Amino acid sequence: MKASRVILEALKREGVDTIFGFPGGVLLPIYDALYDFDLNHILVRHEQGAGHAADGYARASGKVGVCLATSGPGATNLVTAIANAYMDSVPIVAITGQVSRPLIGLDSFQEADVTGITLPIVKHSYLVKDAGDLPRIIREAFYIASTGRPGPVLIDIPVDVTREEMDFDPAVLPAMQLPGYRPTVKGHPKQIREAARVIAAAERPLIYAGGGVISAEASEELRELAFYGHIPVATTLTGKGCFPEDEDLAMGMLGMHGTPYANYSLSRSDLILAVGVRFDDRVTGKLEAFAPEARFVHIDVDPAEISKNVSVEVPIVGDAKRVLAALLVELKKLDLSPDRHLTWMKQVEAWKRDHPLVIREPEDGEIMPESAVNKIWEVSRGEAVVCTEVGQHQMWTAQHYPIRHPRRFISSGGLGTMGFGFPAAIGAQAALPDSLVIDIAGDGSFQMTLQELATAVQYGLPVKVCIINNQYLGMVRQWQELFWRGRYSHTCMECQPDFVKLAEAYGALGLRATKPEELEEVLRVGLTAEGPAVIDIRVKREANVYPMIPAGGSVGDMIMTEGDR
Amino acid sequence: MKHTLSVLVENKPGVLTRVAGLFARRGFNIDSLVVAETESLAVSRMTITVDEQDQPIEQVTKQLHKLINVLKIIDLDPTASVERELMLIKVKADAEARAEIMQMVEIFRARIVDVSSEVLIIEMTGARDKVSAFVELLAPFGVVELTRTGHIAMSRGKRPT
Repeated sequence: MKASRVILEALKREGVDTIFGFPGGVLLPIYDALYDFDLNHILVRHEQGAGHAADGYARASGKVGVCLATSGPGATNLVTAIANAYMDSVPIVAITGQVSRPLIGLDSFQEADVTGITLPIVKHSYLVKDAGDLPRIIREAFYIASTGRPGPVLIDIPVDVTREEMDFDPAVLPAMQLPGYRPTVKGHPKQIREAARVIAAAERPLIYAGGGVISAEASEELRELAFYGHIPVATTLTGKGCFPEDEDLAMGMLGMHGTPYANYSLSRSDLILAVGVRFDDRVTGKLEAFAPEARFVHIDVDPAEISKNVSVEVPIVGDAKRVLAALLVELKKLDLSPDRHLTWMKQVEAWKRDHPLVIREPEDGEIMPESAVNKIWEVSRGEAVVCTEVGQHQMWTAQHYPIRHPRRFISSGGLGTMGFGFPAAIGAQAALPDSLVIDIAGDGSFQMTLQELATAVQYGLPVKVCIINNQYLGMVRQWQELFWRGRYSHTCMECQPDFVKLAEAYGALGLRATKPEELEEVLRVGLTAEGPAVIDIRVKREANVYPMIPAGGSVGDMIMTEGDR
Repeated sequence: MKHTLSVLVENKPGVLTRVAGLFARRGFNIDSLVVAETESLAVSRMTITVDEQDQPIEQVTKQLHKLINVLKIIDLDPTASVERELMLIKVKADAEARAEIMQMVEIFRARIVDVSSEVLIIEMTGARDKVSAFVELLAPFGVVELTRTGHIAMSRGKRPT
């Protein structure tokens, strides 16, 4: 069998049904094999789109996402997407074509050292020198990407390797050779007992849950534990949806643009159970002032995250699902009556009641951006798979679109990649063809990857893009307003395409809402359209995201609303 | 305090780049790095010296462990290990100075490995401090060139390195 076909057979054996790619010279053997092979291939319009689509596919489905790009510029175009998946620990396998072995290192046409370029942003990578290694390498790549702390794995394959003839039997699994890779999944029983003891003894406990809960499929275990222990749950951006946000115990997002009550709880808690989180600076703000009264229990599958930023009293290295289940068993052996921290729960409720997130009334007949998000939530009955780009709209969505289930909120957290949301939504839609998938976008972000409209139309992927359009790079403008004396240096997009005509030009539905009274009807039509749709929502241009804790600040520095500084 | 990490890695292309790249990306400083094969063809040993003052050793070892090709890391206890470094040093040695230099070579149990009319090359093996002390003593004669292999180490007794 040709090695090019072996690659596809090996992908199929790993359970791959869809790949996102873009062909090129050195990929000709693989694309020729794809021509009549039973595997969905989605042709993107830029390789970055393929990488983000694989990322969105992985986050929505829990499976490994796969993208394919040619050598040189194709491979370098994947770099942002790989870095994005690395920062948010998303399992993707990126396959790149490479120039033929004798040409490597000679500055050949479309040659780039992509294994070198991506070294700091992959969990692991391979340059395939021998076709015989392909089955083993592909198996290892999927195993590494999806186990332990998930992440991207790159396989760089020279074109002459793909042309070789070799033996391949799909029924024979090659042995993996990974003597240095043994993720710890089972938490240490003694540490788990100790964690149960300190949780039971706490007067003001709080759970700080992140993306690790979702990637470990541990939402059910988290819910049971929170209910059993009557512990409020605050989540990170990437953890959004790991705990149903309409529950009384749900505290919403914490950190820079988090809810006041999540951040107040954090600042007064005496015991924080951190699960699948990495104490990112957007959450902690100034480290010395972060949760000053708290002791920490930290559950994470990556030992390097323990005590990296904040020193932890009870570390537990292991898979969140298994550790939380074991922790619940231990907690059940102790006395955890709801009365034990009644005062704390009353306080938390009071914060929630007195400092809710505010949806501002329309001003001067203009749509307030957070009310647009709220309306999207209402019209989609809170059941959509929501992707976002990066910026103000992302924070408004995190605040005002409550999510009830894991894998229903997909956003670029760590890397903060503008242009991520739309291709990620295409990937999510490919994984969940029957779901309503919405990309809540900013006008700036959408312009970075909007060429994928052609992809959505070509494959009938009915993604709905809702642009929260303020004709600014809004988040940067907000910082300029608050911290740079209102000097709006190059954040105003004076020239913008007509997004309605643009959508139509691509063969998608284009709609626009400029007044509050138009919004609901436009959303009803747009979100129920059969095919992809772009909904241009013109909002109040200089609305800011609040609350906000300035970078490097602490809860005491929280700006609650306009003019609060 | 300086730590000597004995890092066993798979003997594969690109592994040194991964390790060195990790140090660069995380902002860790390397004092000394030696890579060579071991008793097993499939395994290389990297002996890495790092200073605790520059970065927490725990973060260094945990991050190193995340590299798929890293098999094992031991933070060697200096009191329970033998440490060595090899140096070649070329010093000016005219007729006048030669006797005195040879005496020092004798005392430090070094060896003269090349002689010419104006310079000598001396080979010296020892713990890092001893090698450095020897360099200092030779400095007044005029050091022309100097090269050191970097620091290697091995656990004493039956304990593995």
